[in-house]
Amino acid sequence: MSISIELKRAVYEENDSRARAINERLRSRGIFTINILGGPGAGKTSFISRVAERLRAAGDKLAVIEGDVASDLDTRFLRSLNVEAYQIETGGDCHLNAPMVEGILGRMTVADGSWLFIENIGNLVCPAEYVVGEDIKLVVASVAEGSDKPYKYPAAFARSAACILTKIDLKEAVGFDEAFFRSGLAGTAPDAVLLPLNGRTGEGADEIVTWLRSVRERVLRG
Amino acid sequence: MHEASAIEAVVKIVSEEVAKRGAPDALPRVTRVRLVVGETTGHMEDSLRFYFASLGRGTPAEGAQLEVRYVKPQLRCTSCQKLFERKRFSFECPHCGGQGVMTKIGSEFYIDSIEVEEDKP
Repeated sequence: MSISIELKRAVYEENDSRARAINERLRSRGIFTINILGGPGAGKTSFISRVAERLRAAGDKLAVIEGDVASDLDTRFLRSLNVEAYQIETGGDCHLNAPMVEGILGRMTVADGSWLFIENIGNLVCPAEYVVGEDIKLVVASVAEGSDKPYKYPAAFARSAACILTKIDLKEAVGFDEAFFRSGLAGTAPDAVLLPLNGRTGEGADEIVTWLRSVRERVLRG
Repeated sequence: MHEASAIEAVVKIVSEEVAKRGAPDALPRVTRVRLVVGETTGHMEDSLRFYFASLGRGTPAEGAQLEVRYVKPQLRCTSCQKLFERKRFSFECPHCGGQGVMTKIGSEFYIDSIEVEEDKP
């Protein structure tokens, strides 16, 4: 006899519940966690280093989890700036998931009240589908990638609280159409703010830090 | 590539559900798995099928038919509030020209149901 069983079970339910547990644990210790999405070379690591130098100068504590398919170059770069960084090498997986973050958190120390930056694998597709314990997602997009990114990768933008627009010093050179980009962002993430950054000079980083502080305060207050 | 980890999760859920419904040596046979996939999740049908066939091997999902129902993303116009499907490279409302925004419709990803054969009299 053939019977149909209704399940209505989300495919990623296990990942989602493990991510919720990670988030609760971190938040109970006053740790604010940011999951950073962006294509390869968008400027995710530069963004982190620019923000990190400002947070540290103000006396804030922070830690970084670096996700890469292979190599620990970014981790070594951040450590050379005295940023506490830990590497997840996925060995092929194109996104981070909650169990990977759970694993590395068990091997690192994050001080209470810290900022925790999680740099996802350079990819705008599947990282959007996975929560890893974050309070917010940010998407980093560079003007050099073109102004059509929100139209082509709507999910990554839709789930982000802000879009960091990097390499703004190249705007003219690459013919970046900001109006088209903004209207794509308005369609995918109407509540997201657009924050420009020149990673080479640090221009824009102060404004980003101010915005991050306001969101952190709101989230941690509950 | 990301279809692989998605199907791994599907196979795990199907195995769990089957285990609830039979003794370990007399599990019901799964004949069909119905998956609902919003198009913004970017899961390709061919890829889902390929991984379902290979990752299902040796599990209760082996040999089952995978049925994939895609859901087209619906946008909501912030001016006239109507739902619509977007054209490529545009979020403009086709009814009034207003700004459309993405909704949850089109981001689904769940197992709707499974079909099993039970040897009951």
